Amino acid sequence: MTSPRRFDVQEERAWCPGCGNYVLLACLKEALHRLDKQPHEVLICSGIGQAAKLPHYIKVNCFNGLHGRSLPAACAAKIVNPALAVIVSTGDGDSYGEGGNHFLHAIRRNVDIAHFVHNNGVYGLTKGQASPTMDLGRSTPGQAGGVRSDPLNPLALAISQDAGFVARGFTGEREHLIELMKAAIDYRGYALVDILQPCPVYNKVNTLQWYKERVRPLGGEHDPADRLAAFAQSLEGDDGGIPIGVIYRKDKPTFADRLSHLAAGAALVDKALDPRAARVFMDPFF
Amino acid sequence: MSDYNVLVGGAAGQGVETLAALIEKAFHRHGLWVFGVRDYMSRIRGGHNFAQVRVADRPLHGPRRRLDAIVALNEETVRLHRDRLAENGKILSDAGLAVTDPALLSLPLERTARELGDPRVAGSLALGVVGASFGLDRAIVEGILAERFAGETLAVNVKALHGAWEWVTRHFPLPLGPRPERDRILVTGTEALGLGVLAAGCTFSAWYPMTPATPLMTFLSDRQGEAGIVVEQAEDEIAAINMALGAAYAGARALCATSGGGFSLMVEGLSLAGMTETPLVIALMQRPGPATGFPTRTEQGDLAFALTAGHGEFPRLVTALRTPADAFRQAARAFNLAEKYQLPAILLGDQFLADYVQSLPPLDFGSLSIDRQLLDPVAVGPDGEYLRYGLTGSGVSPRLLPGKVPGQVVMLCSDEHTPRGNITEAADVRTAMVNKRMGKQAMLSREVEEPEFLGEDGPVLFVAWGSTYGPLREAVEALNGEGHRVGALVFGDLWPLPTGRLQEKAPGKLLVNVEQNHSGQLARLLRQETRIACDRSLLKYDGRPFTADDIIVWSREEVL
Repeated sequence: MTSPRRFDVQEERAWCPGCGNYVLLACLKEALHRLDKQPHEVLICSGIGQAAKLPHYIKVNCFNGLHGRSLPAACAAKIVNPALAVIVSTGDGDSYGEGGNHFLHAIRRNVDIAHFVHNNGVYGLTKGQASPTMDLGRSTPGQAGGVRSDPLNPLALAISQDAGFVARGFTGEREHLIELMKAAIDYRGYALVDILQPCPVYNKVNTLQWYKERVRPLGGEHDPADRLAAFAQSLEGDDGGIPIGVIYRKDKPTFADRLSHLAAGAALVDKALDPRAARVFMDPFF
Repeated sequence: MSDYNVLVGGAAGQGVETLAALIEKAFHRHGLWVFGVRDYMSRIRGGHNFAQVRVADRPLHGPRRRLDAIVALNEETVRLHRDRLAENGKILSDAGLAVTDPALLSLPLERTARELGDPRVAGSLALGVVGASFGLDRAIVEGILAERFAGETLAVNVKALHGAWEWVTRHFPLPLGPRPERDRILVTGTEALGLGVLAAGCTFSAWYPMTPATPLMTFLSDRQGEAGIVVEQAEDEIAAINMALGAAYAGARALCATSGGGFSLMVEGLSLAGMTETPLVIALMQRPGPATGFPTRTEQGDLAFALTAGHGEFPRLVTALRTPADAFRQAARAFNLAEKYQLPAILLGDQFLADYVQSLPPLDFGSLSIDRQLLDPVAVGPDGEYLRYGLTGSGVSPRLLPGKVPGQVVMLCSDEHTPRGNITEAADVRTAMVNKRMGKQAMLSREVEEPEFLGEDGPVLFVAWGSTYGPLREAVEALNGEGHRVGALVFGDLWPLPTGRLQEKAPGKLLVNVEQNHSGQLARLLRQETRIACDRSLLKYDGRPFTADDIIVWSREEVL
């Protein structure tokens, strides 16, 4: 099939009307289509949350694991079978809250995966508590007196740790988002795309319109190879507009590049297994 | 019969471990049987560490209390262990130490090392003293030094060895005949387990350092290039188990290794393995808890935890490792059963087993097989829809690896799921899926292995599990030798619990559980599953392994 329809599945979608996840899903199918991927060549890993339901609504391989734990599973799956295009598509609570430690170490490990974070500032599945990206002071069902902690800046954090591909997308800019997803999947190494999306039910401030008035696509004046300029862009908030696009990009050796025996031999998934081949490891013990 | 026990003691950083390993290898290369244990503190320098090297002309299975020689690298070693020295035993120590004792052989180790220009050769001097005291072949001992050192370092160590040899006359008679072929290996439990893991075709393992599991992962990590596998140190144990599950899903045979604290962090992932029917092997090397407990010591305190860890109900295999040879075989078997029934398998070891070293016949790699029970991608084909959690007559859903068949995708789902692997809340699907998962437990229970029976049928039957096998075997053999008709059942597989041999042997006997924990967790399990209750308990929870002497003395006083 030569249309994105090859990624369609007949599953009822348990998302609210107007949810940014619908757009994100459509963009992801289109990006995979433009990359000429087939369903069996793609693995989407997710955790738990509204965003994490996404792999159930697209025909690709799916690892829908535990809350916060999709990054370690995705990295390992890619290490074992490098032929799979591995994508983590999951929420901001999953990625930056419960799984925050894995986020830091996914950057360091630099396995060739793309990480799409559905960022709406709230926990939709558990009815509206603040996610780590929610602004200070905002009242939510879980934070009655307002959020007491400063918001996490995932892009500044990623650039500070020299992640090789750091980008921001917005579900209100579909074509832009599709191209960002394509570039992230194509990038060799860990690629982070933080995707701004509205939650029409639980986030009444950062609406689609609110974002449309503020996002500012980065143009040719921004050099993604310039780390300090990228860091400056990552600190921009709604006053000066919210930059979207590839903010930082650098080619780096991947996890597999750093393990010579992985680069040389068959993929771990295709390795022939024979107990007698291990006998040589007993020799030093005689 | 010759049976000697040599203690090497000193502060951390004084080379106790290196010297003990050299002495063990020296005896081993003479065709004698060696059993060595380590007692070390959780520190890098200072404190008191010791190793006990036992050597005999027959296979050994555990440590003994009585000492024939003490190699003291400091005064404290003599003070702490003197009371265990046999009547004709010897204390070998440096002349510079303030030790006065009729059993002392005072030797100028440090002075000689200084004269040789390298204080680090004191260990080789001590090795020479031990070798000469036992009448070993100097050429064989030199050969062992040559495996460890090279160049000028080797030359000065050999010189030290020769010097030491000349001061010492033989003190201990050993049956040293012609050297046998190299037909035995000398391995720790960790090394045998690691060899089993490699033989089983484990291609991916993830871990976070925690004593006493760390040596296993170090063993695998050191060999990852040659074996063509990946051993990844994760950011925490939660990442480690989720990595292992991602790897297993993608097609690797995957392993995690940890101890109690790390296993606690892995528990949600264990439940994920159960729900998603993902094969996984976890080596749980126990140490005394709770919390940080005794980091470098031994206990069997996590049996009940391993049996029930994880929320929800799901099938699992729990197998205790009894000896190094058992660890080798059980590792390979666990990988096969985990894939056959698509469930997590927990291998229960402990610090005693992980660290003790034992002479044994070579491990039989040819006896192992790899049985993955994967769907053949060619047979699946692009037509129809592959259902990862399909309900089939076999009771086990057919497992396809992702990415292998165009048109087919493989769904893994943590929520309750449909046969395809999509989230569902349907009551009938839930019931069918629970029945399928728990049905695998029933299938597995038909191929678990009965406990090994030791000794003689008589009025007393010991029951035990895991690493107490060795000390208990020696105790039973000794008591049988004294005319006491006692036997023992030592469990390897613990869940599903094999009950046949217990039901057959227990009636009419005084049943005694011998365990390294406070609450008698095996006894509780046996009572729960069979209604057979133990009459007496021999429990030890001081962090030190059982010796056969402990069991013999207690038995004479309490049950014989």
